[in-house]
Amino acid sequence: MISRLTLSERQLALGVLLFLGIIGLAMAAAGRNDPLGGQGFIVLLFSVGLAFYVMSGYFAPEPDESRLASYYDDPTKVGIVLAMFWAVIGMAMGVWVAALLAWPELTFVDQAWASFGRLRPVHTSGVIFGFGGNALIATSFHVLQRTSRARLPDQFSPWFVLIGYNLFCIVAASGYLMGITQSKEYAEPEWYADIWLVIVWVVYFLIYLRTLARRKEPHIYVANWYYMAFILVVAVLHIVNNLAVPVSFSHAKSYSLFSGVQDAMTEWWYGHNAVAFFLTSGFLGMMYYYLPKRAGRPIFSYRLSIISFWGITFLYMWAGSHHLHYTALPQWVQTLGMTFSVMLLVPSWASAGNALATLNGAWHKVRDDATLRFMMVAAVFYGLSTFEGSFMAIRPVNSLSHYTDWTIGHVHAGALGWVAMITFGSIYALVPWLWKREAMYSPRLVEVHFWLALAGTIVYVFSMWNSGIIQGLMWRTYNDSGTLAYSFVDSLEAMHPYYIARTFGGLLFLAGAVVGTFNVLKTITLARHESATAAEPDMPAIPATSAVQAGE
Amino acid sequence: MELDKRDVVTGRPTTGHEWNGIEELETPIPRVVFFFLGTAFVFSLICWMLYPTWPLIWTYTKGMLGTDQKQVVAVQVEDAALSRATWTSEIEKKSYAEIEADPALMRSVKETGHTLFGDNCAACHGVNATGGAGFPNLAAKAWLWGDGSPEALEETIRVGINSTNDDTRTSQMLAFGHDGMLPTDQIEAVVAYVRSLSSLEPAGDAKRIEAGKQVFAANCVACHGEDAKGKRDVGAPDLTDANWLYGSDAQSVFTTVYSGRQGHMPNWAARLSPLDIKILTVYVHTLEKKPQ
Repeated sequence: MISRLTLSERQLALGVLLFLGIIGLAMAAAGRNDPLGGQGFIVLLFSVGLAFYVMSGYFAPEPDESRLASYYDDPTKVGIVLAMFWAVIGMAMGVWVAALLAWPELTFVDQAWASFGRLRPVHTSGVIFGFGGNALIATSFHVLQRTSRARLPDQFSPWFVLIGYNLFCIVAASGYLMGITQSKEYAEPEWYADIWLVIVWVVYFLIYLRTLARRKEPHIYVANWYYMAFILVVAVLHIVNNLAVPVSFSHAKSYSLFSGVQDAMTEWWYGHNAVAFFLTSGFLGMMYYYLPKRAGRPIFSYRLSIISFWGITFLYMWAGSHHLHYTALPQWVQTLGMTFSVMLLVPSWASAGNALATLNGAWHKVRDDATLRFMMVAAVFYGLSTFEGSFMAIRPVNSLSHYTDWTIGHVHAGALGWVAMITFGSIYALVPWLWKREAMYSPRLVEVHFWLALAGTIVYVFSMWNSGIIQGLMWRTYNDSGTLAYSFVDSLEAMHPYYIARTFGGLLFLAGAVVGTFNVLKTITLARHESATAAEPDMPAIPATSAVQAGE
Repeated sequence: MELDKRDVVTGRPTTGHEWNGIEELETPIPRVVFFFLGTAFVFSLICWMLYPTWPLIWTYTKGMLGTDQKQVVAVQVEDAALSRATWTSEIEKKSYAEIEADPALMRSVKETGHTLFGDNCAACHGVNATGGAGFPNLAAKAWLWGDGSPEALEETIRVGINSTNDDTRTSQMLAFGHDGMLPTDQIEAVVAYVRSLSSLEPAGDAKRIEAGKQVFAANCVACHGEDAKGKRDVGAPDLTDANWLYGSDAQSVFTTVYSGRQGHMPNWAARLSPLDIKILTVYVHTLEKKPQ
């Protein structure tokens, strides 16, 4: 990989790693009496290790100009492997915390790091940011180049984004285990990690703008709108929600700029739009490329994709307050959040419908091809969980569902059924294209993965629906004396069988991810062992003489 | 751009663009989308008119129903208290004996007591009040404090044990070994003696038990009494019965004598209303007896 970089790009990489190493060292030194020191060592080790890797290929001959005639896919390839790696880690953590809820003694070691409160964010960040984020970065680079018919503007910045982003994920996950957290759900990493992510994210957005500026297509394909909305809005959300004042530069701890109900509202404005723009917009971008590509069908309706895009982008922004129904949040904010959440259903279903109608004329492929079936089921679950979300945002419904496992079931219908399914489908489509093979190592294992994933999702979601609704009803049942009939412990006992079922469902889903990772790695090694096949080179359809490099 | 290009399957025209092989059809937006968008908007509009919704600069639109969620809750809480008052006022008025003699009232006490106990006491004493290591079994009725009368139970619940309440019940088992008051062989002897009192040392060394009796007489009687039956005014347990708060095996009893013990029960007066405490008192007092 290093040999594909130019000499100046290798120097730039070493320079950045040197700078990062110094930052890590400074953190380790300044924070020696604080968990920050441990984080500094991780940054230092990360940079030194990578610097050695870059140096090992430093003296390789420079690549020739012919590289500029084809797309640059190395970061995408690495990103896919990283996504699968994080999927296994994050989902294994998920199974562990699910098991802890059913059998609290399963901490194995009597250590603080193995407690539920520290493991749970490793699960959520591992799957959302580790798995989802890497998959989004990897596929966005691939889609961006193809649909723009332009090569990435340079070879360094995509690596900076991918590697820098994974450094953020590692710092975040290791920090949780050390007990570092801002206590903001899905925004747990502390100030230094947040600042680093902003830098990475700005470079990511610039890659998008620079590539689009040089596109050879007259129009920007809809997938790129979604990817850009994802990048831009996540930047805004991340910066605002993480505004905080560190205790000092030698401490990991910081204090949010917001307090009380303003803090809660900022957090859920962030939290719900993270669902919207990270877990929806980004993955819709993925869907709008890989689904029609795999199905070999045109998008059902261009107009529908436009109104859904603007509908989703405009309406989601208002919906966050539905996380705070019946709280200290003023009621008018709750009403606003509820009504916008209800209206949001229309563009959401329009997107899901657009995806499913695109499959018209290709349903026989859905039947035969597990990869396409992954994407079809993803669109179905997208429709299902957006309906459920709008429904649960209605205040009287929310009074039953809030604080119960129904919410957990809803989140996983989206995360497993929609996000993970569309990602696995896209990866199974993408891997043979990138590594120039006819198909995956084992199409049968793709089939196995599909059924494991579907069964796991259904078991998980149904057990949480049951558990959540039972919980909600138990919490509001009064006896003849006018007293709540059940204590919290009573409801906890009632949930136990569902917690076991949920763990089993998660285990099925994890098993699927392990099978998928094996299949991806096997496909890659096969491709490496066999000499390059005579597959059609995947190049921009433009003469090689017209430069695609920056500064043309 | 080929403007009249058509999709072979549907016969619909495409937009004429193509990205890496992907085309888009020029399908008009289905009517149903506008219908649902309109319906959802009308629903929202109605909500906006009925409930507080839009922020103005210094205030917000109040809505035609004039609802205020804080008021709604206040009224609900008031109504609930009012409907419960039919029996709670009886509880407040009547003595413990009168309450326990009234089957209708006792049904309400059992129902409410179950939830109160589950939400406040079960974390330590267990859902069935049978306790656990370090937490007394309330169903065994082997009381550490007082005579087991409702009044004594009420006092314990109200002030707690070694709690933050000014009137807290206070007790402590001294750390005889750790603080160097007794050498290890004497502790072992007294452990053997104490265990022999409830026939836990059938094959015990009679000489050692005798030695333990001396140690007991010199160190333990102040709290546990000469007959080792405990003193309920200082929270010192009866050592002759079958109830063991911290375990009856030799190792556990040794740890108790060596390192001391000091259990805690929270200051419930700071959290529960006098009515709730009274209900809990009756609930605990009338628990079905379940020996350990």
